[in-house]
Amino acid sequence: MNDNTDNIIVDTATRIFQDLCEPNTVNDAEQGTWPKALWDALAESGLTLTWVPEELGGAGAALADGFAVLRAAGRFAAPIPLAETLMAGWLLTQAGMTVPGGPLTIAPVHGDGRIELTPDGALSGRARRVPFARNAEHIAVLARRGTETVVALVAARGLPISQSASLAGEPRDDVTLDRAIPEAISPAPVDQDLLVSFGAAVRLQQMAGALERILEQSVQYALDRSQFGRPIAKFQAVQHNLAMLAGEVAAASAAADGAAEACALPTIAVGEIAIAKVRGGEAAGTGAAIAHQVHGAMGFTYEHSLHHATRRLWSWREEFGNEAVWAARLGRMVAQRGADELWPFIAAGS
Amino acid sequence: MNFSFRFDPVELPSEAKELRREVRAFLRQEVEAGTFSPDGGKGSFSREFSRKVGAKGWIGMTWPKKYGGHERSHLERYVVTEEMLAARAPTRAHSTADRQSGPVILRYGQDEIKEKILPRIARGELCFCIGLSEPNSGSDVFAASTRATKTDGGWLVNGRKIWTSGAHQADYMIALLRTSPPTKENRRHGLTQFLVEMKTRGITTRPIINLTGSHDFNEVVFDDAFVPGSHLIGEVDMAWKQATDELAYERSGPDRWIETFPALVELVRRAGEDPSERLAEGIGREVAHLATLRRMSLSVAGMLQAGKTPSVEAAVVKDLGTNFEQALPDKVRLLAPPSGDASPDSNDDRFEEALRYATLIAPKLTIQGGTREVLRGIIARGLGLR
Repeated sequence: MNDNTDNIIVDTATRIFQDLCEPNTVNDAEQGTWPKALWDALAESGLTLTWVPEELGGAGAALADGFAVLRAAGRFAAPIPLAETLMAGWLLTQAGMTVPGGPLTIAPVHGDGRIELTPDGALSGRARRVPFARNAEHIAVLARRGTETVVALVAARGLPISQSASLAGEPRDDVTLDRAIPEAISPAPVDQDLLVSFGAAVRLQQMAGALERILEQSVQYALDRSQFGRPIAKFQAVQHNLAMLAGEVAAASAAADGAAEACALPTIAVGEIAIAKVRGGEAAGTGAAIAHQVHGAMGFTYEHSLHHATRRLWSWREEFGNEAVWAARLGRMVAQRGADELWPFIAAGS
Repeated sequence: MNFSFRFDPVELPSEAKELRREVRAFLRQEVEAGTFSPDGGKGSFSREFSRKVGAKGWIGMTWPKKYGGHERSHLERYVVTEEMLAARAPTRAHSTADRQSGPVILRYGQDEIKEKILPRIARGELCFCIGLSEPNSGSDVFAASTRATKTDGGWLVNGRKIWTSGAHQADYMIALLRTSPPTKENRRHGLTQFLVEMKTRGITTRPIINLTGSHDFNEVVFDDAFVPGSHLIGEVDMAWKQATDELAYERSGPDRWIETFPALVELVRRAGEDPSERLAEGIGREVAHLATLRRMSLSVAGMLQAGKTPSVEAAVVKDLGTNFEQALPDKVRLLAPPSGDASPDSNDDRFEEALRYATLIAPKLTIQGGTREVLRGIIARGLGLR
């Protein structure tokens, strides 16, 4: 949890978050104020185009670097569509398309999402709970054209958007595509299932960052807060809770690493994504509960910033497939391989 | 604030992948030859098997060649260890020496002892036990009172060790013995590590039968047992400085999360190819935990390879790992499809046996080698809380 790593991209992002993503920025964003200074600083440093190749105007960074930036964003609860913009950049780049500047998002975000591209080149369908749709200038849409899957880039302005929010207060809007004409279309490099898998890997990074944050906050709070004449950090029950929190944070971090590696393979390893989202999702729930217990009533106030991370953890664990969905899928994969292939399956992870 | 526990990802080198194939082929062959049974039915201790493993070069893998080692990486050693454990191979005759005792001798032992003992461990000829706990010194390791008193040419040992796994089978013990009283400044001062030959006159080993009905641990009584001066390991009175490294080796390996794994394997067998949603979800959750633990455990092996001493990370792996393996049998029990008179399942017997074993050994998993409470204390210290 050092603020300095040996990675200049991550260090740059972290500095920007430290300067421009204060607790008030996060609260203001929930009230509808777009954090312009934060977004502009990230855009100017090229971080919003982390995964876009240099020759296409991006930073051309490795997948791992972008994931590390998203972990930092998660630590600071950055209330901007950075993850979504990176995902859209990744999707468009994979499809060989030009990535526009400005905030982006992707749609649909659910495994059963279905947007049609009609023979006359118009998009039709409805995507629910699209993250930050109201803030996005463009949406990278995965659409069906007959039996083919394509990526369609569509301007967000003018699309009918019904606003809604996650339990963290982040925009999750329903977008209706009623004969919208895309600016560009290209055969898709992934199907809806792999897009959701990639989304899960992205959320896992944010979750790992948020968990690192609540561990820091909880340890500091336990050292600062005195009861019965001594810091609560000196009570063994509190120490053991924090040790368990540290374990969950470590597990979520390892899970996020696993998912990131799975995305770097020629074809995304869905089994590894499943493992990671199940374990990371559990860590989010267990970890947030411990952090709140340590913080007592103070952590339950809006004034304290603990909820910036914990509400996001509760929201992110649910997106791109929750623990139950991924666990059932993983269980079926294991069952189909059979009992004697269970160990080789686990050992194949590295 | 600076308390980063890092579990950096490790990519296994290509040698390790080839090695995994070799180990699997060897294990298959040994099962076919009847050396051991994959359901654990032939026990976990076999000197014959250990000698074969030694002949393969899979004991003392990371040690220098001049002491019979093979100068291979911790990651390669990790691969061998996990494949053996997953296959339930009978490694008990060499595993303690390979994991813990050998590295301690290598690091702190006198040259004469290193030359004499290490090559024999590497050949799979020597079995070790660990003499830490005493009747009044369990989790509080540094309260040990079994004494080593200076005598002509060596030391005389008097006292008792207890809960000593495999003492009745071991050739040697690495014992933690009191050579001086603790000081006011340092209550951990005054303990020394020794290499003790179990056949020494004055040592009596008595069985303590555990609740599974098996004889694994023992009480070891020392009555004026003589230990030669060359068997002193490290500095007199300073064992507390040596113990931390040892624990990083002991606490992070696959043996800290894989003990009840056979119950999960047999659940998958019972589940068949098309399990119910509930069963599939239950299996998936456990597999996710297991695979993540393995990733963390492998990461610790990577840190050892990089020359670090990841004591806190090892404690994290052991705490998460032993809690997982302890909880697993109960999860498996409640997930299993019903099997009654009307719907018997041909895999019932295997399943029941694996579940029975896992349920019975579960209580010890969060006690042996450092209790859950001790581990959480270590992690809390790593967090700067104490």
